[in-house]
Amino acid sequence: MTGIDWLILGLYFVFVLGIGVALKSSVKTSTDFFLAGRAIPAWVCGLAFMSANLGAQEVIGMGASGAKYGIATSHFYWIGAIPAMVFVGIFMMPFYYGSRARSVPEYLRLRFDEKTRGLNAISFAIMTIFSSGISMYAIAKLIQTLRIFDGTFQRLGLNGSWIFDFAILISAVVVLAYTFLGGLSSAIYNEVVQFFLIVAGFLPLSWLGLKSVGGWSGLKAKLDPSFTHSWVGMGHAHTNPLGVEWFGLAMGLGFVLSFGYWCTDFLVIQRAMAAKSMSAARRTPLIGALPKMLFPFLVILPGLIAVALPTPPAVTHAGMTATTEPQGRGIIPYKLDATTGKPALDKDGKPQLDYDLAVPNMLLHYFPPGMLGLGLTALLASFMSGMAGNVTAFNTVWTYDIYQSYIRPGATDQHYLWMGRVATVFGIAFSIAAAYMANRFNNIMDMLQLVFAFVNAPLFATFLLGMFWKRATGHGAFSGLLSGTAAAAVHHGLTLSAGAVPGIKGGWLGLVHTYPSEMAQNFWTAIFAWTTCFFVTILVSLLTRAPEESKLTGLVYSLTPRPEEEPLAWYARPVSLAIIVLAGTLLLNVIFW
Amino acid sequence: MGIDIRLPIGILFSLLGLILAAYGFFGDASRYRQSLDVNINLVWGIVLFAFGFFMLLLGRRGMRVAPQKSGSQSSHSSGHNR
Repeated sequence: MTGIDWLILGLYFVFVLGIGVALKSSVKTSTDFFLAGRAIPAWVCGLAFMSANLGAQEVIGMGASGAKYGIATSHFYWIGAIPAMVFVGIFMMPFYYGSRARSVPEYLRLRFDEKTRGLNAISFAIMTIFSSGISMYAIAKLIQTLRIFDGTFQRLGLNGSWIFDFAILISAVVVLAYTFLGGLSSAIYNEVVQFFLIVAGFLPLSWLGLKSVGGWSGLKAKLDPSFTHSWVGMGHAHTNPLGVEWFGLAMGLGFVLSFGYWCTDFLVIQRAMAAKSMSAARRTPLIGALPKMLFPFLVILPGLIAVALPTPPAVTHAGMTATTEPQGRGIIPYKLDATTGKPALDKDGKPQLDYDLAVPNMLLHYFPPGMLGLGLTALLASFMSGMAGNVTAFNTVWTYDIYQSYIRPGATDQHYLWMGRVATVFGIAFSIAAAYMANRFNNIMDMLQLVFAFVNAPLFATFLLGMFWKRATGHGAFSGLLSGTAAAAVHHGLTLSAGAVPGIKGGWLGLVHTYPSEMAQNFWTAIFAWTTCFFVTILVSLLTRAPEESKLTGLVYSLTPRPEEEPLAWYARPVSLAIIVLAGTLLLNVIFW
Repeated sequence: MGIDIRLPIGILFSLLGLILAAYGFFGDASRYRQSLDVNINLVWGIVLFAFGFFMLLLGRRGMRVAPQKSGSQSSHSSGHNR
């Protein structure tokens, strides 16, 4: 990083903190802090809805998948996000926003009972802490690997081994400062800034990249055909790079996982709950879906270009023998074994590629000083707002659903506002601890993420039945969730992906089935969990006493009057937006078939 | 809430655009070999400045409109509220 890059990064930090300071005076009640006073315009909520999910791990990960699997990665957007975003906006938001619940767990208490809320609130709170810790770890590791700060540290005479700690500390302090001051509105505003920064940093990258490989047709000529088609080969798991057949993809990713995330995760739903009206809340996910639909061109395309570029000749270090073989694929280097310094080999004895470096290497490859600063700032911004998203969701669920419900009910609003700020501080402190834990014990983190996947997979069945079937009961929901999680664990324990060894990758209960890829195994774990939860909830509900209908008004579809449409221009109405988004997505699927 | 988000975005991107464009304009042209001989700092700086300026205009208009409408439901298309 040179002076100009630091200037750009510094300018961004000043603005982030400035927004927090400027918003501080408008935070007077707990609703201001946790729900941004329910006063945010739809387009701001919509961009925040999308950006809260667009953490650095997403940007890096999507580029990495683009390099590994090709344009089929866009299924994570076009199948794995857009339909669910449309569904939550059109069908579910009336209940989230209309019930005046302040969080997703609180909706569960209104609709079902206390134990269902408690289960969801506690697992969600723990999950947010760990995911912000894991992403903090990932970005610090990336900064270390790319040697971004190395030059500056050397000039200042600082020890290079502090770079990891420095990266964690600086991001934690900045996120803490602006969420502590301005609460959710501050987080949302920064997510919108981050959205524009990502576009500003990545659009020229895709443009330069495409230009240098001769456009999309040039890229197609340089890559295997399976890389530039998203649906051809999806008929069978062995004929496409993802190793999943269309049914597993559509049901596992497109239905269970994507609806489970976009329709029930408070991290994103909170952005819509902050909207200033019912119509704004309903439009929030739909407005977010518009750019989401096009984001594969910003985050996945650079990964494809990275593998299509010529591999640079190996750099010869002093004392090492020169090699003439290319050291990677495209501009993606081999993954180096930490102990030997030689490329790490996969099970077939072939060197593994470090796909996570696809996007960072593209930035370094095309961007001169100046633009490089902007690109890295965009990456850092996406990381920080992803973290702030977790932190604001955590402090709300902690304060409203755990502290106010089980620890200290009946205190003043000012007390809960104070608790929210305190929760922000210890939430970030715990995330830092989680980041260092991830650094020391990689396996524990893998295991935790696995457990979270088990807990999350059945959730959408509970919400679907809760919102659209008035007979569903609290006992049904609770036992459905538990058995869904258990089903996920059992399925995982009985299956493996091809080539994996029993353990964290599955098969720890015995081996019944082997999937062609890990992705297929994950999708099917989710399908089993969802189906189990769905049927157990129905069964137990029918065996238990029906809930009183009078208490379900505003919470269940059949007992709630249709929301009145505000007089909006035809193109701004939720249904028109939904049709535009779905038609656009369909078109993209056809173009990249 | 408090401020119109388009104002800070406008200021940030105008400044970023100015910095990049100035750096591209006065800097050494040979450093643009890696960006395919496109002076990406200058080109993209101008684009960002134009975007920032546009957001500033919208934000200023929004701030002027907002006080007159405060209390009432402003319910027109997404780009114009607040």
